[in-house]
Amino acid sequence: MSEISSRGYANADKLVSTAWVAQHLNDADVRVIESNEDPLLYPSGHVPGAVEVDWVKDLNDPLRRDYLDKSGFEALASRIGITPETTAVFYGDKSNWWATYALWVFELFGHSNSKIMDGGRLKWVEEERELTREKPSVSPTSYNAPERDDSQIRAFRDGVLSHIGADGQLVDVRSPGEFAGDLLHIPGYPQEGAVRGGHIPGASSCPWSRAANDDDTFKDAAQLRAIYNDELGLDSSAPTIAYCRIGERSSHTWFVLTYLLGFSDVRNYDGSWTEWGNSVGLPIEK
Amino acid sequence: MANYPPKLQEYLDDFGFISSREDRVDFLIDIADEFQPVPDTIASKPYDEARRVIGCESEAFVWAIDRPDGTLDFYFDVLNPQGLSAMAMSAILDQACSGAPLDQVAAINGEVVFTFFGKDISMGKGRGLTELINAVVYQARQRLHSD
Repeated sequence: MSEISSRGYANADKLVSTAWVAQHLNDADVRVIESNEDPLLYPSGHVPGAVEVDWVKDLNDPLRRDYLDKSGFEALASRIGITPETTAVFYGDKSNWWATYALWVFELFGHSNSKIMDGGRLKWVEEERELTREKPSVSPTSYNAPERDDSQIRAFRDGVLSHIGADGQLVDVRSPGEFAGDLLHIPGYPQEGAVRGGHIPGASSCPWSRAANDDDTFKDAAQLRAIYNDELGLDSSAPTIAYCRIGERSSHTWFVLTYLLGFSDVRNYDGSWTEWGNSVGLPIEK
Repeated sequence: MANYPPKLQEYLDDFGFISSREDRVDFLIDIADEFQPVPDTIASKPYDEARRVIGCESEAFVWAIDRPDGTLDFYFDVLNPQGLSAMAMSAILDQACSGAPLDQVAAINGEVVFTFFGKDISMGKGRGLTELINAVVYQARQRLHSD
């Protein structure tokens, strides 16, 4: 039994170790994908053979606040050389925020054959594993994707409004200061992005970082259950929505609840506080 | 046109010619490779929190040391090992502003960060790097006003 499979996760196969990735660098059925906030990191050195998916230019529509469409995803998949059968292994900076975000967007197109490299880029670097600046030569693939399906794992403003009206489970994964309305952004970041501070009524506060160890790996299932089930009182079988400021930190929590704890119905509200905090007519709590 | 330190203007001119994202990133990585953290003779960890650049997520710190000629030597550290953009910006500021006339350093507009990093940089990172520039500018202005 691997160390990860001994942690008691509901879906331990969604998480792989840095050692596993090192052993599969030349596996034609595996594509390693780096997604970062800092655009300099991938070109400065990446896991050998890894391709880059940039959260701004690759995953977003350039003119609408929305994700790429079917044809855009097919073009992206072709560029990075994956087919629906390819195992996509994501990793990145910021404790895998953008890796889980990219994995979540890929799942909107049904690409569920995906994994996260536990510990992300930082763990790979700190273990002094090989990095290269050489971009891999990728043969374009043909990928016939379904239309993007936002109905299962993505939440929208009106859906959140209905959800809180029904006393649904809502997890605010931002910092306590943002939840309380004292801050409009992560501590240490410029305080902008919303005209109001606070949180969505009925939300429970649970910063995303509570699911992570100091080395950016995920805590084990018992530790996670103690936080989300016992402390927050979340019901694993009840519909749950996670949100943050723009949906990247809540992707991390969405991954934890969905795959590590096996919650059956979790959606990520990517509009998050930049939409809710700025929207006319929506209620907030402080 | 603002009267910036010549080395900064040289960098701005060079970046002004860049049209591809890839070339921009490669240039910035080359510059980041030149980043030298503050030597122990100037500061050692844990650093004085007064030197921290507020708003920079990469945990950047800035020191300004007076030179006999009245200019300043600037030193930097970036504690986040993944803070490559902050390292690149620090290397540019070190090369451009150390020993430069204070009035030229004081005139730097933080928005030059977008000439270096492009306009599609994330809001948080753009503002954090701007605060790094502002920390240098603040030191120069403080010295000018103390004269």
